[in-house]
Amino acid sequence: MALEIQIAKKLVDFTLNVSFTAEEAPLSILGPSGAGKTILLRCIAGLEQPDQGHIALNHRILWDSERRIHISARDRRVGMLFQHYALFPHRTVAENISFGLRGSPRQERAKRVAALVERTRIAGLEGRYPHELSGGEQQRAALARALAIEPEALLLDEPLSALDTHLRSQMEAQLQETFAAYLRPALLVTHNIEEAYRLGQQLLVLSRGRVAAFGSKEEIFRHPPSLEVAQLTGCKNFSRVHAVSSRAVEALDWGCRLCVAGAIAQPPAHVGIRAHHIDFAESPGPDAATENVFPCWLVRWSETPFRITLYLKLHQPPGEANEYHLQAEVFKEKWQRFREQPFPWHVRLSPDSLFLLPQ
Amino acid sequence: MALVPVTDWSPLWISLATSVTATLITLAAGVAAAAWRGRRTGPALALVDGMFLLPLVLPPTVVGFFLLLLFGRNGPLGTLLLRLGATVVFSWPATVIAAAVVAFPLMYLTARAALEQVDPHFLQAARTLGASEWRVFREIALPLAWPGVLAGTILSFARALGEFGATLMLAGNIPGKTATIPIAIYFAVEADDLGRAMIWCVIDLLISLALLSGLYYWTHARGPGRARWARR
Repeated sequence: MALEIQIAKKLVDFTLNVSFTAEEAPLSILGPSGAGKTILLRCIAGLEQPDQGHIALNHRILWDSERRIHISARDRRVGMLFQHYALFPHRTVAENISFGLRGSPRQERAKRVAALVERTRIAGLEGRYPHELSGGEQQRAALARALAIEPEALLLDEPLSALDTHLRSQMEAQLQETFAAYLRPALLVTHNIEEAYRLGQQLLVLSRGRVAAFGSKEEIFRHPPSLEVAQLTGCKNFSRVHAVSSRAVEALDWGCRLCVAGAIAQPPAHVGIRAHHIDFAESPGPDAATENVFPCWLVRWSETPFRITLYLKLHQPPGEANEYHLQAEVFKEKWQRFREQPFPWHVRLSPDSLFLLPQ
Repeated sequence: MALVPVTDWSPLWISLATSVTATLITLAAGVAAAAWRGRRTGPALALVDGMFLLPLVLPPTVVGFFLLLLFGRNGPLGTLLLRLGATVVFSWPATVIAAAVVAFPLMYLTARAALEQVDPHFLQAARTLGASEWRVFREIALPLAWPGVLAGTILSFARALGEFGATLMLAGNIPGKTATIPIAIYFAVEADDLGRAMIWCVIDLLISLALLSGLYYWTHARGPGRARWARR
């Protein structure tokens, strides 16, 4: 089972031009707002037409510009979960779910609805109208409705964005469970990095209509293929570099020389490190590692309930401009331990955590 | 001004029968036209919109005149009907045609606004669930637009009930056959029978007031017409 997509569509500011194949595993499509994510899903569902290319689902051609094939949305058997669910307000939950089951006999339909409400954990709410449900229940009902037609592919448009934080994790678990049983191509669009990582096995990073990265999520997060992907996957620290040996680079913006893990293959343009990978050498003694350790000063900080983000300046105390070189993220416990220590502190940019980005 | 008791109640029954029939025709035609038009875009359609709305702004006598040309003995529809052995002019159906044509723009406008207000995501969701366009319209768009369509129906009925000019042109004043309440009023005044005119005026006013109040109760207040799904 596979969903093959190769389409181009002119949008207002840029052209959506993507080509990829989604296999049976859930695929997260990550991108900033306005990157073309929703349009991509709508093209696959048949709600919008690309300008060129083709879309095929399990070798069944859904759309092909050259062969002039256009299968309408109703015949695509592609389930779509809309961002705001689009539950029919004048129909009960059961009527919503059975809307797509019109062909089957009444008893069969009732059985299918019963199985679906069980599976999405909304049993007992069949007789309610959508406005009588909570946000999470509405989403479950919409999911049950999309699954009812046994779609050959499932498309989810920002499925968690309309939910409160505590409902999010519940729905995330529901979606993980659904994906585990689904075993068909499932595309999930999100602008939330953590959601994309937790729910997808594969990851596609979309930026201004282009595929900026596509592949295993671990690989993309560990070794982003470009500066853009590193930024889109949440990396905050970058410096321009040039290589000085096969294992060291000169970081121009950070004013230091860095050892890197592995040999440098192609000439790098930037080096990056994720905020939570920045380490603090709490007691720079003679036994401690000395590679990539630099003195630093705290410029300012900002707190979240459990973590703290520190803005650091390397090599010398901050001037009046409050400019900083690095953003480090640490748990509060750790911060409590070294916050009283005198400056300079010592950061360690571990060679294993640094990644080089090509031009 | 002597209050003369009305002995011939036929204008009331003719008016009601005409308005009910004309409203049903207008409802079907107006909703169909709104649904057809709402799915299309293009500059040429502005002309179609204009034609649909003309009866709203033209003097009813002008509408009646054109209907007379259309349905008259030498008119295109008139000759066609004559071949089938029917004449429309100065018959009861003429009152229905005149009322339906004049009420049509109100139905069309409200139905179109109501259909356009339906969130397109509902229609798209229905399509991804395998529904045909007809089913999307009948089971999703129309029920969701229903409060607006109903308002249009009541407005159309009120307009049909008040129709005078086009009716007089096309159907004339044949007591017991084509004489509706407004026509009875006109001819009562002309015959200096102000008492009879007054009675019919009061009846017309009461019916219209009831209709319009009912419309507001239905669409604005939490009346019994509001469906359970729409209550919040």
